[in-house]
Amino acid sequence: MKTAVTVAKRIASAVPSLVGVVVVTFLLARALPGDPAAYYAGSSATPESIASIRAHLGLDRPLVWQFVDYVWKLAHGDLGISVSSGKPVLEDLAVRLPASIELTGMALLFALLIGLPLGVLAATKPGRLVDHLCRLVVTVGAAFPTFFVALMLVFVCYYKLGIAPEPLGRLSEIYYTMPPPVTGLLSIDTLLAGDIDAFRGAIAQLVLPSISLGLFALAPIARMTRAAMLTALSSDFCRTARAMGLSSGRIVFGYALRNALLPIVNILGMVFSFLLGANVLVEQVFAWPGVGAYAVNAVIASDYAAVQGFVLMMAILYVLLNLAVDLVATAIDPRVAYDG
Amino acid sequence: MAEPTAASSAPSTVWSDLRHVALGNGLTVAALAVLALIVVLGLIGPAIAPWDPLASSASLTLKPPSLPHPFGTDALGRDILSRVIVAARLDLLMAFGAVVLSFAVGTALGAVAGYVGGAVDQIVGRVMDTIMAFPLFVLAMGIVAALGNSVGNIVIATAVINLPFYVRFARAEVNVRRDQTYVEAARMGGNGPARILIVHIVPNILPAMMVQASLNLGWAILNAAGLSFIGLGVKPPTPEWGIMVSEGASYIFSGEWWTFTFPGLALVTAVFCFNLVGDGLRDVIDPRRRT
Amino acid sequence: MLGLAALLASAALMPVAAATPKDVLIEVGEHGPNSLDPMTPAANELSQLVAWQIYDRLITHPMKTLPDGKVIYDATKFAPELAESWDVQDDGKTLIFHLRKDATFHDGSPVTAEDVKWSFDRAIAAGGFPAIQMAAGTYTDPTVFSVVDEHTFKISLKEPNKLAIPDLAVPVPDVLNKKLALEHATKDDPWALNWTRDHDAGGGPFKVASWKSGDQIVFDRFDAWKSGPLPALKRVVYREIASPGTRRALLEKGDVDVSVGLPPKDYAELAAGGKVNVIGTLMQNEQFEVDLNVTLKPFSDKRVRQAIAYALPYEAIMSQSLYGRAEPLWGHDPAKPFEPKWPVASPYKTDLDKAKALLKEAGYADGFKTQLFIDMSQTTVQEPMALLIQESLKKLNIDVSIEKIPGSDWFAKMGSKSMPMDINYFYGWLDYPEYFFFWTYDGKNNSVFNTANYVNPDLDKLTAEARFETDPAKYEALITKMNGIVMDDVPRVPVAHLFSDIALQKNVKGYMYWFHTHLDYRFVTKE
Repeated sequence: MKTAVTVAKRIASAVPSLVGVVVVTFLLARALPGDPAAYYAGSSATPESIASIRAHLGLDRPLVWQFVDYVWKLAHGDLGISVSSGKPVLEDLAVRLPASIELTGMALLFALLIGLPLGVLAATKPGRLVDHLCRLVVTVGAAFPTFFVALMLVFVCYYKLGIAPEPLGRLSEIYYTMPPPVTGLLSIDTLLAGDIDAFRGAIAQLVLPSISLGLFALAPIARMTRAAMLTALSSDFCRTARAMGLSSGRIVFGYALRNALLPIVNILGMVFSFLLGANVLVEQVFAWPGVGAYAVNAVIASDYAAVQGFVLMMAILYVLLNLAVDLVATAIDPRVAYDG
Repeated sequence: MAEPTAASSAPSTVWSDLRHVALGNGLTVAALAVLALIVVLGLIGPAIAPWDPLASSASLTLKPPSLPHPFGTDALGRDILSRVIVAARLDLLMAFGAVVLSFAVGTALGAVAGYVGGAVDQIVGRVMDTIMAFPLFVLAMGIVAALGNSVGNIVIATAVINLPFYVRFARAEVNVRRDQTYVEAARMGGNGPARILIVHIVPNILPAMMVQASLNLGWAILNAAGLSFIGLGVKPPTPEWGIMVSEGASYIFSGEWWTFTFPGLALVTAVFCFNLVGDGLRDVIDPRRRT
Repeated sequence: MLGLAALLASAALMPVAAATPKDVLIEVGEHGPNSLDPMTPAANELSQLVAWQIYDRLITHPMKTLPDGKVIYDATKFAPELAESWDVQDDGKTLIFHLRKDATFHDGSPVTAEDVKWSFDRAIAAGGFPAIQMAAGTYTDPTVFSVVDEHTFKISLKEPNKLAIPDLAVPVPDVLNKKLALEHATKDDPWALNWTRDHDAGGGPFKVASWKSGDQIVFDRFDAWKSGPLPALKRVVYREIASPGTRRALLEKGDVDVSVGLPPKDYAELAAGGKVNVIGTLMQNEQFEVDLNVTLKPFSDKRVRQAIAYALPYEAIMSQSLYGRAEPLWGHDPAKPFEPKWPVASPYKTDLDKAKALLKEAGYADGFKTQLFIDMSQTTVQEPMALLIQESLKKLNIDVSIEKIPGSDWFAKMGSKSMPMDINYFYGWLDYPEYFFFWTYDGKNNSVFNTANYVNPDLDKLTAEARFETDPAKYEALITKMNGIVMDDVPRVPVAHLFSDIALQKNVKGYMYWFHTHLDYRFVTKE
């Protein structure tokens, strides 16, 4: 019951920013250079044909009316048709979102697998060489532009060494069959389909883009882990535990880490949403059929329905994500109830 | 969760901290030195660049690093070293510009919102929530695409997506301070709200804000470079690190690795140094937030 | 580090098969289709690639081998496709096509004259580009098309037109499955354009097995195809890869069979490397040029335009932007008349003194400020070229700023005729100089491709005359005269005649150049 109220409150608090997002998205998309009517009219356009298409698209009406029209359609789940793909934007996004989610999830996993141990290690020996090294590693990681890392990895691992598969999206359909879509995440769907080869193929494709993307998330995760661990280790119960003669391993992993989880989970939400945005650059390099690459093309091509749809979907995703993080935080530590 | 704030920062501790950090971490000092070098390049770059960064040469296209051209030449035969040197100014300007802009606007907005509270606070908060609800890089892309790609617009876009961090930070800091005794005392002394904010509160939150800003510089460079990479950067033929990486990227599989590696490394070095120095600065000014 | 470990682990996950299967072709290109039917509004160029494979046309062209061994389509001859034969009567005013009796659509239903009639009516009704293309063959009124019987289709024209037959072999008068399409027509969409955008309604040698817009399209062979010899390929995968570097690497590593749309530098290097085949065929009826807007100052002065034509750094553009994947279109001997063909080389060459003198004469000795526009989707070639031009014109005190226009906005920008200078190119599907002129220099038509906004009633008259001139000698004289006019006026400064380049694995055979520049999967084989 209490959880339900919390969730309801949390969702209600997101409504104003969603309204803001709809308005900003609409304005931003209209400000994009390019005239959709001229685009539709194509190479044989005449001023008359452009005018008639503009009227047909409703672009000749006052901005306010266009906005009302936009909101009305939005309410009916109509995000418009993408000029570059020729398909409804909603359909495009639905097809592409799982690819981005999977990549972002893997990147986060990579960052966690490395960032958590680094942070814990640094916290156990603060101020010592190992601490400084950890800090150095994550700072270097954060200094590399994602696209630069992606290019370098492709160059070295695929082109020079040949140890990575071709940077060609999620799964080579020449060698493998696509599993029937269940979750949309290939690493799961292939397993559900019982196709181990395709599973390995899908994972192999994920490695390089996940590293490129995840490298940037290392720093916040490792740093937050270190800070949280330091706080936890210096807390009374850890001191007590130490005084009681518990082994340091037990203290670190059994007590301190569990207590440090809360701030880590909190920052994970932020990192995940940040990665979803940074996807844009990595997907471009790896021909990843996700929403990020879609967005870049849409912006470059002034495909305003697609830009609108993408940004809106992302914003909604963020709200849901933050909600999830809050709920997880509450689950980990019931003292943290949402107080908004 | 309110951030633990550093209330006291008496000069003597700053100095001892500074000494401690400088001695304890040679790396920060080294980073500071490299950074100083980059800033110097930014100031006098065009004067010391060995070649004209814009001059093309048909006979010198895509030459690997050599003595006259230590970083090699690009597709138009332009000297990459000279371009990397000259680009420093623009990249630094964009990063500083964006950070200063969001710092100034963010501090002002956040301070007012935190001090006045009520409806103003609500509105500022909602606007910042709206910005935060966007995937930040995508918002920056949208802004630059809509306004047109120019240096000014890249700076604006980077500043806008950074704004919420400053606003929230300033608001939280002001919120904590507005009921503290020294502010109360100022109020009793007949100071108006504007004066209290400007004279008594803002100077106190500035050091912590500066740390935030310094940590932000590297990120601002990366953001501008990312925009350049997808074709939303400054106009050619202006040298800029991000664009140079993006241009060089097309030669990745034909073996002309120097075209993207050197500008990329310049980018990485600058960001790395900014981050290290920012860290160091925080250790000095705000040691409790060290993570 | 763990990352490296994960990577090494992934090495073990690499697929073992290196070469792609023999009857499967994998092609990579920068963009993919946004529609399966070129008739749908805003359908892009790649929709024509699809239409070429999944639809039959009444007729097609045979192939011919050039002296240098390259295979291209023979623009002067025609071959049966859906029509096994045709008669030309009344001096070319009546065309009667006899359809194959055994041809079927992909759903197994027979192809009839009724389908042809409906498809052609639809191409006119679709408006936009398809209607204009149909108009080139003087197909503007659907009543010219009629059904004689189930397998006989008739075209009755008011006037003979030499483009009437060639215009039936382009990927616009495609033959669709009328019954199937109509099942999906709606009141708002009587021609089922919304349905054919996503669905295959054809009877061509390949059918669409799957299509993910923005990602890839897969074609499967239509085994019951009757309109030609059955293709060797059972399956073709066309993948969209935005990065040209990746497209090149994929080819070099043997992961794909064909790579198109690479920058000229990559084609030049791949050709020199010899690991893969690079075939560059001079594009038909094509000119790569710098447009100068004659209605904007200072380009309204012919002397300024000529000065620019003398100031372009042609050699540098050829080597640093085009990497030699083109033939020069400059340096024609001014004493000689122009050949009666298109494209022809201009009489200009880089001569800054001449350029300076002309500018001085026009009153621009101190130069001026202007903008050079380029298409953002073409930056790999056009940006280096623009920079070279910028540098060269600086020597004349002309301050050029380079403006990049997003690909989708490019047509609108061209249509607005507001660009003082731009880099552009145009190629005609039909191989007639006056066809090129009609699109690019004609002031009456003033199409979107007339970026220079050039209007010259004398030239318009000659262009119209050439269209219907049947005497070869008179026709050639007309073309030579037209060439002389546009070279003297230089609204568009010719730079190069581009190659249509394609890079293929050595074992991929059967490539032929088509006017639409897309790969024809019908004839491709793998050894």
